[in-house]
Parts: sequence; C-alpha cells; structure tokens
Amino acid sequence: MNQNPGIYGRKVGNTQLYTPEGNVSRVTVVQAGPIHVLNKRTPEKDGYTALVYGFEERKEKHTTKPMMGQFKKANTAPRRVVKELRCSPEFAAKFEVGAEVKLDQIFEVGMFVDARGTTRGRGFTGVVRRWGFAGGVQTHGTHEYRRHGGSIGTNMTPGRTLPNIKMGGQYGNETMSTLNLKISRIDVDKHLLMIEGGIPGAKGGLVLIRTAVKKHKQNKK
Amino acid sequence: MNSPANLTTIEQIEAEQLRTGLPEFRVGDTVRVHYKIVEGDKDRIQVFQGVVLKRHRAGARSTFTVRKISFSVGVERVFLSHSPRIEKIEVVSKGVVRRARLFYLRELQGKAARVRDAKDN
Repeated sequence: MNQNPGIYGRKVGNTQLYTPEGNVSRVTVVQAGPIHVLNKRTPEKDGYTALVYGFEERKEKHTTKPMMGQFKKANTAPRRVVKELRCSPEFAAKFEVGAEVKLDQIFEVGMFVDARGTTRGRGFTGVVRRWGFAGGVQTHGTHEYRRHGGSIGTNMTPGRTLPNIKMGGQYGNETMSTLNLKISRIDVDKHLLMIEGGIPGAKGGLVLIRTAVKKHKQNKK
Repeated sequence: MNSPANLTTIEQIEAEQLRTGLPEFRVGDTVRVHYKIVEGDKDRIQVFQGVVLKRHRAGARSTFTVRKISFSVGVERVFLSHSPRIEKIEVVSKGVVRRARLFYLRELQGKAARVRDAKDN
C-alpha cells in the first residue's frame, strides 16, 4: 500500500512563477493546511500505521459528540475534513498528536509528487466528448446520426455487445491522480504548495498531495 | 470553498512578482524592448522595436505583443510584461488608435500600415 508521506489541501488555482533565470513555471497553487494530527494508528492497537489529519474549521454545533471527543483528545478545534493517511512508522514518529503539520516536514522544493483529486463532473456525456469519437459525417443526408458512435459490435458472432465498449455515460467526477509533478515553491507560513503542472479537480476541490510513487528515487527527503 | 481569500491568494503570489519601474505604454505606441537573450553561458541584449498590437492585462501573467516589419516580413513577438528578462522598455512614440487590439495592421502594408503619431495631432 502507498505509504508515501502526504498532505491534504484545497486547490486554489493556477498562476505562473518566474524563475531567477527568467523562465516561467506554470503552477497550481494548493492550500495545504493548517493541518493538525488528530490521532495516530499504531500496529499494536490498530494493526497498521497511519496519521489522522484534521483540516479546515468546522463549527461545534455541526459536530457530533463522538467526533467532538476525538478533537478534544487531540486538543484541537473541530475540523471539517478528517482523513487518515497510511504512512511508515518512521514518518509517524515525527509528529505528536495535536501537532501542526508543516509543509517543509514533508516536502522540499524540486521534489516530485503525485496529486490526487476529483475531476470536474460533466454528467451524462456522449461518445464524441467522452471518448473523442469523430461522430458521423455532417452532410450527405445524414439523419440523426451526427454525434453517434457507429457500430457497437458484430451480429450473430458473438450475438451480444462485448463488455467495455466505449459508449456515452457519466464523465468526470471520478478520482484521478496526476503523477510526477514537481514542487516549484513552498510557502510554509501560508501553507501553500506550488506545484508545476495541472492537478485534477475544480478550484476549491480537495486534493491529496503525496511524494511520488514512481519517481521516489529522485526524492532525497 | 470556505475562504473568500481564495482569489486573493493567487493575487498575493502574483503581486510579489510584479515589476515596477517600466514605463507606461499603450496599444499603438512604438516601443523598443531590450530583451536579454541567454546563449549557453553568455547573455546579450537584443532590441525589438515595433508597434504594440495588444496588451493582455492579467496580473503577473500580463503580456504585450509587438509587431515590426523585418526585411518586408511581418514579425510579432509576445513579451511577458513582468519578465525579468526585459532589461528596458523605451517608448519611441505615442500612437493614436481607436482600437484596443490592432490586428487589422496585419492585413495592411506599407504606408497604410502606419499608426498616426500623437505628436502630429
């Protein structure tokens, strides 16, 4: 299981940064924090190692009493986003329950990360948009067949439409990851991560930033 | 989205990168852009002089387009307004135009492709 250290955040938007040489890096800004460690999962008690993160304020009147007990235990205000993240025991040992997670404890500039988010939902979408089908010809007497996908299989053999044929359907609103993005800048005080390239999801969407699974050898930390 | 500061977060990041001290110029003006070009380990300054066709005003991402005729071939360059590679911008002359985008100049040649100078008015 992915045990790479990571953090949750909200996508703020995109902009560009000038490097000292005058080049431009196009970045996605992520508001990753302030995040507090609410609890720890330990092998002795739970059978695995994980950190429980709490992110963003929640009003106390919207918090159930059992939840409130958890926040009281960690000595933090109620949090809206409470997420568990598997991690290695060494990484978990760096944090105390109730402590704030600083971005430079996890990331450094130049590091490769993976970003996971929920793509923007597009609803029920036809094959032209969803799969990039060309559709039919627009002229030569085409009648009600301009954005159709064409044939979906053969006749007698096998006598049915095979599974996984590309058709219209729900498009978007699914969890997607973008791998191997480079961290361009970190603002520890404002809890901002600036990551080169695009991140799935709309502005304001919840994203998970983790150190890269595939390019981990290039990450020193 | 629970913080209305979301938009300003981007603006704050961009505000740090804005350059000051460059002269104000408008669409239709003729400008000389002194642009630093890095070749290997050496850099030199290249001057690009022409008419400003377009200004794209978007914070730190702002750009402007300059058009000149070089050996009877039209050349357009888009510069990032706040790029550290711009050494200097000189405003050669102020122009009088009635459009925000001077794309019509691309279709014109010779005398017709001139912009009226503000001095002559």
